[in-house]
Amino acid sequence: MTTQTDFRSALLDAASPVPSGLTDGAGRPAGRRYAVYRNNVAVSLREALATGFPAIHGLLGETNFAFVAGSYLRAEPPASPLMMHYGAGFPDHLARLPQLAQLAYLPDVARLELALRRAYHAADATPMDPADLAAMEAEALMETRFSLVPAVQLLRSDWPVLDIWRFATLPDQPSPAGGAQDIVVLRPEFDPEPHLLPPGGAAFLTALQRHETLSEALDAAGEAFELAPLLGLLLSNRALAAPCQEATPCFPA
Amino acid sequence: MFDTSDHLPPAPGVGYKPQHYSAILADPAPVAWLEIHAENYMGDGGRPLAQLRALAERFPVSVHGVGLSIGGEAPLDADHLARLARLVGWLNPASFSEHLAWSTHGAEFLNDLLPLPYTAATLTRVCEHIDTVQTALGRTMLLENPSSYLAFAQSTWSEPEFLAEIARRTGCGMLLDVNNVFVSATNLGFSPQEYLAAYPLSLVREIHLGGHDTDSDDHGAPLLIDSHGKPVADPVWALLDHVLARTGPRPVLIEWDNDVPDWPILAAEAARAAAALAQVRA
Repeated sequence: MTTQTDFRSALLDAASPVPSGLTDGAGRPAGRRYAVYRNNVAVSLREALATGFPAIHGLLGETNFAFVAGSYLRAEPPASPLMMHYGAGFPDHLARLPQLAQLAYLPDVARLELALRRAYHAADATPMDPADLAAMEAEALMETRFSLVPAVQLLRSDWPVLDIWRFATLPDQPSPAGGAQDIVVLRPEFDPEPHLLPPGGAAFLTALQRHETLSEALDAAGEAFELAPLLGLLLSNRALAAPCQEATPCFPA
Repeated sequence: MFDTSDHLPPAPGVGYKPQHYSAILADPAPVAWLEIHAENYMGDGGRPLAQLRALAERFPVSVHGVGLSIGGEAPLDADHLARLARLVGWLNPASFSEHLAWSTHGAEFLNDLLPLPYTAATLTRVCEHIDTVQTALGRTMLLENPSSYLAFAQSTWSEPEFLAEIARRTGCGMLLDVNNVFVSATNLGFSPQEYLAAYPLSLVREIHLGGHDTDSDDHGAPLLIDSHGKPVADPVWALLDHVLARTGPRPVLIEWDNDVPDWPILAAEAARAAAALAQVRA
C-alpha cells in the first residue's frame, strides 16, 4: 500500500527512490512517471517564486535563481493553498545561504518585493479627502491620530534597496551607489509603487502605524523632518485613511 | 440542497487570465462565461477582486478550486473551506468545482494535483470530504477527473466507476475533463471510449479542454503531460464530439494556464468549441 506520506517522501528529493506500489498501468514499476509529479511540484513552486521575486530572479540569473529557489522550496514548501502568500520566508532564507554572503543586500531587495506583493493584495479602503484635512484647525490637527490604508508598506534598509530594485527591474537605470534607504510602498489604485522616504520619514510613518497623534509622530521624526512633502505624497497616493479618534486601529488586524 | 450549478450556459467558456481583462470586456465573443481559480481571489482586495466584481456583472462565473485537497488523507483544512465559503457566498457563482486529487500533506501545500488509489477506504473519505464541502457551501459541487501518469497497485475500482459511485453517494455533479481522459488513457493504456462508457455522462454539467505535452516513459511508451500550455490536440477535439453526441450541449471550457496566448488565439479555441456545440444542436 502506498500512503500519501510514502508518496510525499520522495516528491521534493530527486535522489530518493520512487515509492513502491506505483505502476505504469501494465503492472511495471512507475519509474520516471513519478518524476512528472516531482517536476510539477518543483517547477510550479520555482515559477511562483520567480513571479513573486522578479528582481531577485534578474539579479541572480536563471541558473543561480533555480538553485536558490530549489533550496527554499525544499526547506519551506507553501504552508497554505494561497500561493499569493508564498515566499514570506524567502528573504531570511537568502540571508542564511552561505553562497550569497557576498550579496548581503539581496534579502532587503526580496523584502521590498514582498512589500509590493502585500500592497497589491491588501484590502481596499476609502482614502481621506484632502479638503477635510485642509479644513482642520491646526491645534486639532496636531492631536489627530491618522490611519494609513492597509496597502501602505514600510521598509527600512541599510542598503540602497530602491536603487538596486530599480536597477534590477527597470531599463536604463544607474548602478546603485551606497547608503541606507527607507522605502514606503503606496497603492493609489491597484498598482503599488515604492517611494524613497526622507530622513525621519520612516520614524514618522511608524508612529502613525502605532496610532500616535500627529504631534507625537512629528516628535518621533526629529527636527530635520519636513511634514509637507510627505503629507502631500500620502494624500496624492490615497494612503491616508479617515482619522480615528481613539488610540486603536481603524482597521481590524 | 440549493443548487445553482446548472446555470453555466451550454456554450464556450475560458479560464480567466488577468492579461485578457480589457479584451474580454471589449469583445468577448464567442466566450459566454468565465472560470476562475478560487485561490487567486482569496486576497483582501486590490485589482483581482475589483476585476472579478466587474466581470461577474457581465458573465456567469464558475469558481474552480485547486487547493481543497479533497482526496487528502487528512480532514479538510477548515480555514481554507471557510475562505472558500466566503468567496462563494460573496460571488454566488454559477458553479463550483474541485478535483479528485490531493495537494496538502500535514502542514504543506504541494501546489500540484496528486493522485490517489481507488479503494473502499479512499471512496469513503472522498465522499465525506465532498459532503463537508457541499454542506459548507450550501450547494452541490462538481468533481473533476484527474490526469494520471501512473497507477496504484492497491486500486480496486476503475476511475469512472469510482466517480459514478461518489456521485451516487454524495449527489455531486461531474466536471468531465476530456483532455484528462485522453491523457490518462494514453498513459495507462486504456480506451477512452470504454472509460466514457463506464463514466456517469448523464451527470456532466461542465466539460474541460486543454493542451498537453508529449514525453515518453522508461520503456519508450508515450507519456502525455497535462500542461495547459498549448492548443487542444485534434484527438481530444474528436473525443469531445464523441462526448457531446451522448450528453448533448454542455458548458465547454478552454483551459490555457501556461504560456498564455493573446486573446484572439484563446478566442479561436473557444470558437472551435462553439462549432462542436453547434454540431450537436443541429
